[in-house]
Amino acid sequence: MSVIEQRFGPYGGRYVPETLIAALDELTAAWEATREDPEYVARLDGLRRDYVGRPTPLYLAQRLSERVGSRVYLKREDLAHTGAHKINNALGQTLLAQRMGKQRIIAETGAGQHGVATATACALLGLECIVYMGTEDIRRQAPNVERMKLLGAEVAPVDAGARTLKEATSAAIRDWVANVETTHYVIGSAVGPAPYPVLVRDLQRVIGEEAREQALAAEGALPRRVIACVGGGSNAIGIFAPFLDDAAVELIGVEAGGDGIETGRHGASLNAGTTGVLHGSLSAIVADEDGQILEAHSVSAGLDYPGTGPQHAHLRDTGRAAYFPMTDAGALGALGELARLEGIIPALESSHAVAWLLENPLEGEGFDVLCLSGRGDKDLDEYVRRTSEAP
Amino acid sequence: MIAGEQAIRAAFDAAKAEGRAALMPYMMAGFPDRESGLAVAAAYADAGADLVELGVPYSDPLADGPTIHSADTVALANGATLRTALETCEAIADKLPVVLMIYANMVLAHGGGAEFAKLARAAGAAGAIIPDLPLGEDEGIREAFGAAGLAMVPLVAPTTPPGRRAEICAVAKGFVYVVSTVGTTGERGELPPELADLVAATKADAGETPVAVGFGIGTPAHAAEVGKVADGVIIGSRLVRAADEGGSPAGAAESVAEFLAEARVALAG
Repeated sequence: MSVIEQRFGPYGGRYVPETLIAALDELTAAWEATREDPEYVARLDGLRRDYVGRPTPLYLAQRLSERVGSRVYLKREDLAHTGAHKINNALGQTLLAQRMGKQRIIAETGAGQHGVATATACALLGLECIVYMGTEDIRRQAPNVERMKLLGAEVAPVDAGARTLKEATSAAIRDWVANVETTHYVIGSAVGPAPYPVLVRDLQRVIGEEAREQALAAEGALPRRVIACVGGGSNAIGIFAPFLDDAAVELIGVEAGGDGIETGRHGASLNAGTTGVLHGSLSAIVADEDGQILEAHSVSAGLDYPGTGPQHAHLRDTGRAAYFPMTDAGALGALGELARLEGIIPALESSHAVAWLLENPLEGEGFDVLCLSGRGDKDLDEYVRRTSEAP
Repeated sequence: MIAGEQAIRAAFDAAKAEGRAALMPYMMAGFPDRESGLAVAAAYADAGADLVELGVPYSDPLADGPTIHSADTVALANGATLRTALETCEAIADKLPVVLMIYANMVLAHGGGAEFAKLARAAGAAGAIIPDLPLGEDEGIREAFGAAGLAMVPLVAPTTPPGRRAEICAVAKGFVYVVSTVGTTGERGELPPELADLVAATKADAGETPVAVGFGIGTPAHAAEVGKVADGVIIGSRLVRAADEGGSPAGAAESVAEFLAEARVALAG
């Protein structure tokens, strides 16, 4: 039985009300006992194959490659059922919750992708599902709200603060504090108190395991760079994890630069943040000098979050991964460019990674792998609204 | 015994000598604004409180229900910072012990355990409660508080396993804060039937250290009921609501004093 990391360097931990400690202990023990359990693994693998559609393709994007001047492979998480990588985690956690005898599932969502994924998994397994969502995100991600309702989930609007992901997460944690005995909280990213950053990473590492194998099959070599967007950082840690010991592979995370770091309107906690506690773990966060958490700003609801997963903060400090901000404008441009070049409409979140690649083409031999974490259908209204505005 | 702990213990002992539980009202510093907060603090000191729990406004109060969460938001919007809370503390600290309620990120942002404890002690605070710093995460900070004479008051919840509860009580300074119900702060219709057992078990673990109960105590009758089993009674959201309904600094003071007087009578009953 393998041990679950409580911290990554100084980051991580369990900064939560005492009421939750017993449940976190229970979850830690359950995941330690379950993650290598043959019955669980077989069930999850079967559903990944037959229900989610895994492995997702690793696609050599020819016209994008010509545009940047080197080979680029897209890891097509946008083709997973529900349109993003979020289903990998939601399915694994709800299966775990069912084994733990918890029939009530709560989740938070920003872009709505995690909410849809959790609602989907709950429909599949016959579990009650409540999704907390900020009212600003309900406005800009309306199609996903309808999807969740159609799937039988209750969408609980959150009107506090900036009415986005941070407040939705806080509301979900408060629900969990009140209903911890009957409820499992399916956190959507590699954030939160231990064991969540590990649980989510373990469930998302299938992205990187497939990509590594597929890259070796296609090229007979590992990629020079693996690139992913980072909000909380679940798709990034999922694709990075299996490459961590491949020292020659550069790991690059792209976070929300919003209107630009210098404007203070961004979600770039790793580049322009501080060390502090948010949602139960010590990590890179965006806060003021009094310690108040600041509102993040990003065109993409999924990156509109003033913190990031503790393992990313540690990978930054050790230099194993490098993190760069990308502006809203860059991401919007990349969304259009990938649509025209490849016939693929990426999520605004993933578009941050595409934009960074467009600005930083690979020099010399080799190839890149970029995690296309989700599809962009949900973002069309926002894209049209933002790109038709006067500059 | 460190200085802050002595002051807290003296307040509990004085109430006990009168044959009742200690009354510890909670307030949010800077709520609804700086002046009202100061007026409420003064009213607490004059209207029969034995100790005060002073909340420091925070952007992401995970342990708090809607009433206190929205008070945080209002206080911050009206410019409150840690400084506001320390000023409020300073204004009443010579009259009764003040225990700060502050979230972990603010302690870290103000230089960590040692630096924060220095600020708190300079403002006269006797202790501090960090609701998102449970046993296991708190070692460095608890030690630093102790070295500065600031009592770190830990929380025990209904979900805390017995072994862990004993460990928490063993390191408690000042008093042990028993969370009455599974959930966030806020008024509730009735207290859970298991509360008396939880308090008794905690008292057995805590030995000489007093045990106070908070979360969900919204009426003088609740206070009286809890006062029969616990050494102290903490009233939060109900008084925050009263402060809000006051409508002005003087109105807030009057409103909280009225409720506090009733609670005090009920406790003595």
